[in-house]
Amino acid sequence: MKAPIAWVFIAAFLVVCAVFLIAPTAMLAVQAVTDDDGLTLQYVATLGEYRYRVAFAHSLYLSLTSATVGVIAGGLIAFAVLKPDAPRLLRVVVTSFSAVAANFAGVPLAFAFIATLGSLGMLTTMLKNIGIDLYAIGFSLFSITGLTLVYSYFQIPLMVIIITPAIEALRPSWREAAENLGASSVQYWRMVGLPVLAPSLLAAWILLFGSAFSAYGTAYALTSGNISLVTTEISAVLSGNVSSEPQVGAALSVGMIVVMVLVLAASHILAARASRWTVKS
Amino acid sequence: MATVDVEGVRKSYAGREVLSEMDLRMADGELICLLGPSGCGKTTLLRIIAGFVRPDAGRVVVGGADVTRLSASARRVGMVFQSYSLFPNMTALDNVRFGPRVAGLGKPEQIQRARELLDLVGLSAHEAKYPHQLSGGQQQRVALARALAVRPQVLLLDEPLSALDAKVRAQLREEIRRIQRDTGVTTVLVTHDQEEALSIADRVAVMNGGRLLQVASPATIYRAPSHGFVARFIGSGAVFSGVAEGGQVRVEHLSLAARAAAEHAHGTPVQIFIRPEKVRLQAMGGAVPDGAVSGEVCETIFLGALTRVRLSVHGTQTPLNIWADLASEHAEAFQPGSHVVAQWDPDAPRVMAGGDTAD
Ligand SMILES: Nc1ncnc2c1ncn2[C@@H]1O[C@H](COP(=O)(O)OP(=O)(O)O)[C@@H](O)[C@H]1O
Ligand SMILES: [Mg+2]
Repeated sequence: MKAPIAWVFIAAFLVVCAVFLIAPTAMLAVQAVTDDDGLTLQYVATLGEYRYRVAFAHSLYLSLTSATVGVIAGGLIAFAVLKPDAPRLLRVVVTSFSAVAANFAGVPLAFAFIATLGSLGMLTTMLKNIGIDLYAIGFSLFSITGLTLVYSYFQIPLMVIIITPAIEALRPSWREAAENLGASSVQYWRMVGLPVLAPSLLAAWILLFGSAFSAYGTAYALTSGNISLVTTEISAVLSGNVSSEPQVGAALSVGMIVVMVLVLAASHILAARASRWTVKS
Repeated sequence: MATVDVEGVRKSYAGREVLSEMDLRMADGELICLLGPSGCGKTTLLRIIAGFVRPDAGRVVVGGADVTRLSASARRVGMVFQSYSLFPNMTALDNVRFGPRVAGLGKPEQIQRARELLDLVGLSAHEAKYPHQLSGGQQQRVALARALAVRPQVLLLDEPLSALDAKVRAQLREEIRRIQRDTGVTTVLVTHDQEEALSIADRVAVMNGGRLLQVASPATIYRAPSHGFVARFIGSGAVFSGVAEGGQVRVEHLSLAARAAAEHAHGTPVQIFIRPEKVRLQAMGGAVPDGAVSGEVCETIFLGALTRVRLSVHGTQTPLNIWADLASEHAEAFQPGSHVVAQWDPDAPRVMAGGDTAD
């Protein structure tokens, strides 16, 4: 009983998890495989339908690409503004902007993008005036590429926020020691900087993947459901637009949970390998 | 291995001079301890030699070659930092072979050289451990081995022992000295611990306020400090500001015997430095002899064979302390609170020009 207060909080957290996470998941899982007559795999089987296969493919594609774009672009931005010779003001501006932009999602975000990059958007029109017709060369804000772009808008700043502490934790003395031992900047990053950051980068990628995978509002507002994602399909089921069988919604949700669990498990294995040097023996 | 010459090096940050006109010549294989208070520019000087900082003026010459314009990675100047500079994602062995590895040596040679150096610092048994599994002292040994693995011409150590506890510190200090002798690498060791500097250096360089005040053997630094600051910093005796008056130095209303004061013009400000082993104590009785002072014993510090007695001089405006080292069997007579007379051979004190005690 070293820290009873801490235990109270941990216990409370576990209770909340049980009530709002584990119990609903279990209920969904049960719901997905039962109907009035008892056990059935009929609803799980519907996930194999073309419509739902496309939804999963879209969701996975969107999450993978926007998370990867976010990790790379956000990581580079954070690295650039955290350099010791970068202007302080730049750092403050980027950090504040990131805090706002990372939480800018849903309908307002969709609207902002329609106003700039929609077919009659400000930027689209400006580019057209100088001879670049985005929509003629195949771009559409309302396509999966467009969605990726919009998602990147919150993924990149989210990455900046979560990776900043990890980059700040890289000690200048490691860099100087490497330089002192004759290493080039590339050698330092390859042998020291990136390996040290790897667990944090992986954790950040998972977070970004999850945030894209479970996002709903932005995609719906932008495409009105024309591009199906797992989340928009669940919503369609729940609102009774497609079928009146809530079990299909449950099966879709369970499918999402399975994907997240798989991704987490894979990352856990990778993280254990990447951070074996911090594991206490 | 090589000689190192720092010639006329200056450095300012935002208009504030951190190093002014620094000159330091080091012989091949020499171990110099750079000693000075925090903020006096020791790290800056080291970083200029290592190539992390460009001086505003002056040159750094290593083994006869001007390296002032070379990047840090091209200098072959090894550096050991204060702490936490080992790469956390690498084992001790991988840390040590990092230099040979980036230099493109074959893997068997990298490993062989790294093992030799780990052996030199006595850590062969720990080669597979990660930094967080090593103690502070072990980490610094690995850092030393890592710096030596590139066969540097010069080795720079910036307070490598300051984060360690006293016992490990003393042990590692001796070891640094042994390894330095074995490898013959020209070395600068930065410290703010005078005992450390005096015990292992070939020469001690005392710095203050961006200047080198004295560069000399430990014995000279101890016995014949060139500045009041040096005497005070080495902490080996009492230093007072006063005025030269023939064969005496006047401090407030006291006249202290010091034959060397005669070399300074009558009435010029000087500092007088009296080492504790030169001071004799007597129980107070009758008049105070000319050139001596009376005072009250404040404390006695038992040092084994010797006991150091601190007295507060009677009747001065600013409190003056004089230390006297006595054979311990004679020190019993001088308990705190007793009143004594302190005197010394007039040839014993050093007298230095300048009244400013801060220089
Ligand atoms: N990069 C820097 N920018 C501004 N001031 C610095 C910088 N590096 C050192 N200084 C200043 O230079 C002085 C000497 O610093 P340093 O060489 O680290 O002293 P020491 O190692 O003797 O404690 C200090 O006053 C410090 O604040
Ligand atoms: Mg320093």
